[in-house]
Amino acid sequence: MTATAPDVHTDRARRAARLPWAAMARLVGRRLLAAVPVLALVTLGMFAVAAASPFDPVRRYIGDGGAGTSQETLDALRRNLSADGTFVEQWWTWLRSAAAGDLGQSLALRQPVGQVIGERVGWSLLLCSVAFVVAVLLGTSLGVLAARRAGGAFDRVVTALSYTLQAAPPFWLALLAIWLFALRLDVLPAGGLTGSGGGSAVDAGSLVRHLTLPAAVLAVSQLPWFVLYTRQGVLDALGEDPVRGARARGLSERTVLIGHALRSGLLPVLTLIGTRVPELITGALLVETVFSWPGIASATVRAATATDFPLLAALTVLSALAVLAGNLIADLLYGLADPRVDHDEM
Amino acid sequence: MKGRTSRTGIAAAAVATLLAAACSAPSEDGRGDGGGEGGGGEGDSLVIGIANEPDTLSPLLGYGKDGNSKIFDGLLRHDEDLELRPALATALPEVSDDGLTYTFGLRDDVEFSDGSPFTARDVVFTYETILDDGTNNAAKGDLDAVESVTAEGDHTVVFTLSHPYAPFADRTVLPIASAEAAGGQDVNTGPYNTEPIGTGPYVVTGWTRGERITLEANPDHWGGEPEVRRLTMAVIPDDDVRATRLRSGDLDAAVLPPNLAATFEGEDGLVTHHAESADFRAVTLPSDHPVTGDRDIRRALDLAADRELMVDSILQGAGHVAHGPIPTVSPWFAEGTERAHDPEGAAELLDAAGWAPGDDGVRAKDGQRASFTLWYPAGDRLRQEHALAYAGDAEEIGVDITVESGPWEVIDERMAEDAVLSGGGSPADPDFDLYTLLHSSLAGDGYNNMGHYRNPAVDEELENGRRAADQAEREAAYDAVQRELADDPGYTFLTHIDHVYVMADRWDGVSTQIEPHDHGLGHGPWWNVEDWRARP
Repeated sequence: MTATAPDVHTDRARRAARLPWAAMARLVGRRLLAAVPVLALVTLGMFAVAAASPFDPVRRYIGDGGAGTSQETLDALRRNLSADGTFVEQWWTWLRSAAAGDLGQSLALRQPVGQVIGERVGWSLLLCSVAFVVAVLLGTSLGVLAARRAGGAFDRVVTALSYTLQAAPPFWLALLAIWLFALRLDVLPAGGLTGSGGGSAVDAGSLVRHLTLPAAVLAVSQLPWFVLYTRQGVLDALGEDPVRGARARGLSERTVLIGHALRSGLLPVLTLIGTRVPELITGALLVETVFSWPGIASATVRAATATDFPLLAALTVLSALAVLAGNLIADLLYGLADPRVDHDEM
Repeated sequence: MKGRTSRTGIAAAAVATLLAAACSAPSEDGRGDGGGEGGGGEGDSLVIGIANEPDTLSPLLGYGKDGNSKIFDGLLRHDEDLELRPALATALPEVSDDGLTYTFGLRDDVEFSDGSPFTARDVVFTYETILDDGTNNAAKGDLDAVESVTAEGDHTVVFTLSHPYAPFADRTVLPIASAEAAGGQDVNTGPYNTEPIGTGPYVVTGWTRGERITLEANPDHWGGEPEVRRLTMAVIPDDDVRATRLRSGDLDAAVLPPNLAATFEGEDGLVTHHAESADFRAVTLPSDHPVTGDRDIRRALDLAADRELMVDSILQGAGHVAHGPIPTVSPWFAEGTERAHDPEGAAELLDAAGWAPGDDGVRAKDGQRASFTLWYPAGDRLRQEHALAYAGDAEEIGVDITVESGPWEVIDERMAEDAVLSGGGSPADPDFDLYTLLHSSLAGDGYNNMGHYRNPAVDEELENGRRAADQAEREAAYDAVQRELADDPGYTFLTHIDHVYVMADRWDGVSTQIEPHDHGLGHGPWWNVEDWRARP
């Protein structure tokens, strides 16, 4: 991209030198302050839902093996497992110990919550970031190509496919992918992190093979948004004055498309990056479960089905944080890309 | 398209995610399947597909309480016929005349896999930790009889019981944890739950939750090093996926439902094992309900249930009719308590007892309609089919059963008045099932005696069975209990379910035990995998 347009390259270098660092830092600081009440409310809501839940954590804890469990044992477990007081008091106790770094104990996994998250967050980040990068790069490229000849054969195919994929739920795509690539073609493993016969160590080759399907499914489920937004953005930009001016100056079609139309057309896509984060998390929830990927999301499903509230509370905070961070990044990028937007006004 | 407008949407999405996560009904864990390649072909490695993984690998929280834990040894162990054999103990325990003191001599040549020696201290630590109030072990009731455990020197341990409890020795198959490795950490959430140190024939080398547990042979095991050196338990909840992966050679063995196991019939190199079990399905008939508490109704329902048909259609032949919690294949089963399917006899019995058919075909007596509600836990297909078949059989004799499903939280509150399709089964000693199901002192006590069964004659014989030291005396007591139960069937026992396994035919020494209700890692043909010999 840059090799063909040296003017863009030097322009970028110049812009980087005068990034509005102070304004960006102020924005980050404001958002951090705003995150405190948001997180407090989200966790309070979580504890309220937990209190209203008809499911009994003790029953989940003893599981299927509880056929002959006595009342005395059940009462003892209830004393040990459940917190006392109203949900507001429980929330306050939780909040205080969480602030001190103790997230409590996971009932379902018989581990401290901090350890559960520590063991899994890396795998989730890997899956989500690979999928997200693929979705953004591939989606943007396809969108630009489609916008170049709007109404052409390529555009029609890509747009139609995008609308279809947008309507397809990720778990359905995941099951389809397993059926096709693992069962019919037998080219990729159906799930997990390593082969069932191999050693417990994770080697790179095996990891790539196991990552391919879940990452591809997650990327494909996010792809349509980026394709459609980029296509529309670039299409709109192609009709704007600067692009017409560039064409009038006799610049090459390539320079016009990438240097001018795409740059202006990407603005809504930047916002999209932020807004897609929650979708990415819910998508990962389903994809990780289907592929038995040992990440945060599959722990969330397990925590929910086992009514493991300490784990659920921590995971809720984590996803809320991810959403807020996505939002912040989108706003920062937006301010950088669009000179009309001031970070201090966000 | 400003950040501000989009934030509302984000917040809404976050709340939606939260609600969806918190409100979804508990059920089987999502389907999943482990890796693709692997599997064996060699005699020294075995990959087993299991449906459920254990929640913990620590015996302190209940892992392996019925033996065969692979990673640990108990003081005693069960052999193929569920006879007790010494394991970490040098011999079967010496029992005092009053039946209250059990003395075990311990082996002095045993080490934990971390090299530390096994002593009486570890035994005391294990039992005391399980019995501690702060330990979240749901099965601690198994050890109710234990009053104290003391070490006498390094190689003798003495259990003192609070009441005579003849089957106590069967409880000591419980795995022994290492006091050194497990002490000094939180028993409920410490690392010992996932990285246990035991004396057993295998050592845990890895556990990816929801995916697999890998074990490797313990070369220093006191019983000799197992020939199957690598043992992998792949966790695959979905039956079809497990079957597919067995077919592709990815797995060497798997537990399968009977219909899927049948598709492997006649396949080269694969052999099917049917393990008989004490895993019963029964309908509780609450004593305090005017209909289900009526002895004539109970007897009629007992005769009307077409158990043979349930075994053939619901279990597809992989099971046995049940006339009580003790399986008919067990040596403890009381011959002569079998009841034939006899709907005409049931109808006559009800006619004679004054339960007269009403206009809608449902019987009534003194204004009481012969109808009640039967619950099964939502999502349990096997119990659902039993419940529907049972209700169908009851309808034919004019008893109206409404079948309902719900989560255990809902069923818990109705257990005292409504019938429940329950399940259970511990084959090691008849006391384990009979006492908890039938003794009146346990009526409505948690998940014990869910039907509030009360019968003084049964209570007395159950006590006798616990007190008697002599085997013949105990047999007589449990014989009497089963006859009393047949006379006043406060539960309608329907079936005992066979557990079906398909596995590669590469080893000698493969057999099955009579299995309990819970079966996963420990039970199945691989209960004694450490003793298998690879066929040359």
